[in-house]
Amino acid sequence: MNTYSPVMGLEVHVELKTKSKMFCSCSADYFGKKPNTHTCPVCLGLPGALPVPNKTAIEWCIKIGLALGCEIQLFSKFDRKNYFYPDLAKGYQISQYDQPFALKGSIVLSDGKKIGITRVHMEEDTGKLTHAGDSTMIDFNRSGVPLVEIVTEPDFENAAQVVEYLKKLQQIVRYLDVSNADMEKGDMRLEPNISLRKNDQTGLPNYKVEVKNINSFKFVDRAIEFEIKRQTEILDKGETPPQETRGFNEAKQNTVSQRIKEEANDYRYFPEPDIPPLRFTESQILDIRSQMLEMPDEKYERFQKEFGLSEYDAKILTRDRALANYFEEAVKLGQKDNISSKQIANDIINKKIDINSTPLKELIEQIAIRSQVVTIDESHLKETILLVLSENEKAVTDYKAGKTNVLMFLVGQVMRKYTSKIDAKIVMEMAQNMLQ
Amino acid sequence: MTRKKIMDIKSLTIAQAKKDLQEKKYSSVELTTAYLDRIEKLNPTLNAFITVSKAEALEQAKKADEQFSNLTIEQLSNYPLLGIPIALKDIYSTIGIRTTAGSTVLENYVPPFDATVVKKLKDAGTIIIGKTNLDAWAHGSSGENSEFGPTKNPWNTAYVPGGSSSGSAVAVAADFALAASGTDTGGSIRLPASFTNTVGLKPTYGRVSRAGIISMSSSMDTIGHFTKTVEDSALYLSVSAGQDPMDATTPDQPVPDYLKNLTKGVKGLKIGIPLEFNPFEDEPTRQANKMKMKEALNVLSKLGAEMVEISLPHTEYAIAVYYIIQPSEVSSNLARFDGIRFGNDRSSFGEEAKRRIMLGTYTLSAGYYDAYYKKAMKVRTLIKKDFDEAFKKVDAIIAPVSPTPPWKLGEKNDDPLAMYLSDIYTVTANLSGNPGLAVPIGFANELPVGMQIIGPHFSEELLFQIGHAYEQETKWFEKRPNI
Repeated sequence: MNTYSPVMGLEVHVELKTKSKMFCSCSADYFGKKPNTHTCPVCLGLPGALPVPNKTAIEWCIKIGLALGCEIQLFSKFDRKNYFYPDLAKGYQISQYDQPFALKGSIVLSDGKKIGITRVHMEEDTGKLTHAGDSTMIDFNRSGVPLVEIVTEPDFENAAQVVEYLKKLQQIVRYLDVSNADMEKGDMRLEPNISLRKNDQTGLPNYKVEVKNINSFKFVDRAIEFEIKRQTEILDKGETPPQETRGFNEAKQNTVSQRIKEEANDYRYFPEPDIPPLRFTESQILDIRSQMLEMPDEKYERFQKEFGLSEYDAKILTRDRALANYFEEAVKLGQKDNISSKQIANDIINKKIDINSTPLKELIEQIAIRSQVVTIDESHLKETILLVLSENEKAVTDYKAGKTNVLMFLVGQVMRKYTSKIDAKIVMEMAQNMLQ
Repeated sequence: MTRKKIMDIKSLTIAQAKKDLQEKKYSSVELTTAYLDRIEKLNPTLNAFITVSKAEALEQAKKADEQFSNLTIEQLSNYPLLGIPIALKDIYSTIGIRTTAGSTVLENYVPPFDATVVKKLKDAGTIIIGKTNLDAWAHGSSGENSEFGPTKNPWNTAYVPGGSSSGSAVAVAADFALAASGTDTGGSIRLPASFTNTVGLKPTYGRVSRAGIISMSSSMDTIGHFTKTVEDSALYLSVSAGQDPMDATTPDQPVPDYLKNLTKGVKGLKIGIPLEFNPFEDEPTRQANKMKMKEALNVLSKLGAEMVEISLPHTEYAIAVYYIIQPSEVSSNLARFDGIRFGNDRSSFGEEAKRRIMLGTYTLSAGYYDAYYKKAMKVRTLIKKDFDEAFKKVDAIIAPVSPTPPWKLGEKNDDPLAMYLSDIYTVTANLSGNPGLAVPIGFANELPVGMQIIGPHFSEELLFQIGHAYEQETKWFEKRPNI
């Protein structure tokens, strides 16, 4: 019945964790703070107050661009996006329109599928509305917090690709240490656009549905599945789904129409006159690049090569940078005890080591103890075996009568007399010899 | 305490008052009181002020007098304008004093912060005597567009004083203050200066911080002032100019000693006379202005300047370009006045603001952006190039400020386009960012006429040098209105 294939793109907003906001010196750490305590004339949009761009935020945006393999633009500028909403202090959002900081990058998924990144640009967050009964309250603590928007090409074919892309993106910004990318706190906001193409059709479908308000990877999956089903039903009737913006309803796990195309805003973009255009030199970009540490994909490859890890182990150990660093430090420390990187990887993964509560030294000691080969003094072992044989005369008689399986019982008895773990094979061989 | 006779505020300049205050010929409180008295008596006729901050002014003056008594001469040099009463255009944010922008939308708005320039002026020791009237949101060329009533020209109260910084020009012309601040986006300082026999400076774009001054057209707003003399203008700019961390459009350009070359004269300087600043030259109302310009140029020639004809070929497009870019920015800058958090709602906007919001919204709309805004920006670049080319040949340019003398109140009210065209000689410098100094050049039919000296970016020093040379020769500032 399903004769359509999904055509999907993504817009992701990532909130940066800079100390101060995008255009003023207010603290950008707004989460859970008392409303309207992190504000000033600039982020309140008071008459006459002017935006002054945050250099660190711009560098971090460029870092994200570089990590996504983008071309960094040597000439860039801010623009005003004009629209009215009570949480938008100035009546316009400072964003970037036609000359963003970074263009044309990509993320490669595990199956080799390449997702094109159209652009990476910088903008400011809005305030937050809280509705209580008949009144609405505005909290401007979030107003002006730096946001980076990452837009992809319509390259996704299914929800699984979208989720993998999002996890990779989250991992990258965490590796760069520019965002906590905490979904629950709204550090990362997802807007998939979804349409369906008939399997015999080429080119893009003639409509696009954008879904907003999604704050978890699970819900993005749900929203996509819901949309595919909904749009399939419409297309099956021979109709075209309307071009619209829909919102994801968590409780009902469905999407609801918010705005159709005819009501779409004309944002009247124009260059932000309060901020001069930005020019970068190649060497400035190189300088930013040189500050960047290894990205997850590079680390993943290196871990396999350098430490002989399996793809599975490398994937888990590079999931976050702190864990990867912990592993590498442990390998270094373990070298003098002849502990292999594989042993360490196994231990960390299988024992689900909590890297925050297990100091490296302790980890190595434990592994060393567990893998220690106890050298057995042969004469002592002989004595021990004799003792065990004399204590278990019946077993010895049984053995001699052909019941050879009692040997394992005798070996067990010998091993119980040792406090440390000894090699059962050695005990067995010696006991066998002595019994004959 | 009785006021000493020695204080004659009609002939007083900042330079003179500084000296007198330091020599304790009179106190700052006495000086401030003299101005406040005059405002009380004459402002009802002229309507130059929206708010008079009498209590604050007297308190500041008292503090200034204490400083005069307690500080050494060396310490006093840190307060270059100590005890000097000034007025601020009511579009400069002042902490604790309402700031209306001339509009009823903000009739009750009291800013919680000072504009950077206000801070600088306070730090320099000035006494802020009040907030002056203006065309609402600085939209206008006559002062009549104020929602607090029009300001009248002290030279003849049936005439407009020019706008939009109407109240500031009149405050200086009528001796309500020793200096007054303004903003110039399309001529709003130079035009009223030329209509009131005052010196008006439009600095280079970015020379003076815009932070805290309510934006009209952000890419063209410049922050200047009115004084009686060129020397005073230089003194004032020494305080207001400089890079500001709160305004990203102020470059890291050192502030020179603006008084250093003041008396150097004009000998050997090449002055450009633009051919294009002469439209409709046969109209009789413009003949008197033309005559005055000729006389002024003769004075400069006599002083040793060389006059060179130059061309600014794209001048004819300036008004069209200006009336696309400016309303576009206005439409965006006024969006925040939605009545939600402060001020009255949008229904309080006057006709002119609504006109510009509509114009600007249209020119920025999808499908029209390329034809209007983008094209205008391209022509703007050509206009800038015109100036760059001209300044390869000449040191400065001299041009008329206004094509006509001041007009009668009400004369152009029903014709917005005619009002727009009064800025025909001034808007080019706003589009290009060049500085312009308006200097009085006499009177035609008892009403003041001015010229503007335009220089390369950040050449204010040179403008003062030329303006001062001319002024010392003619001393038009000594003539005061009879009110």
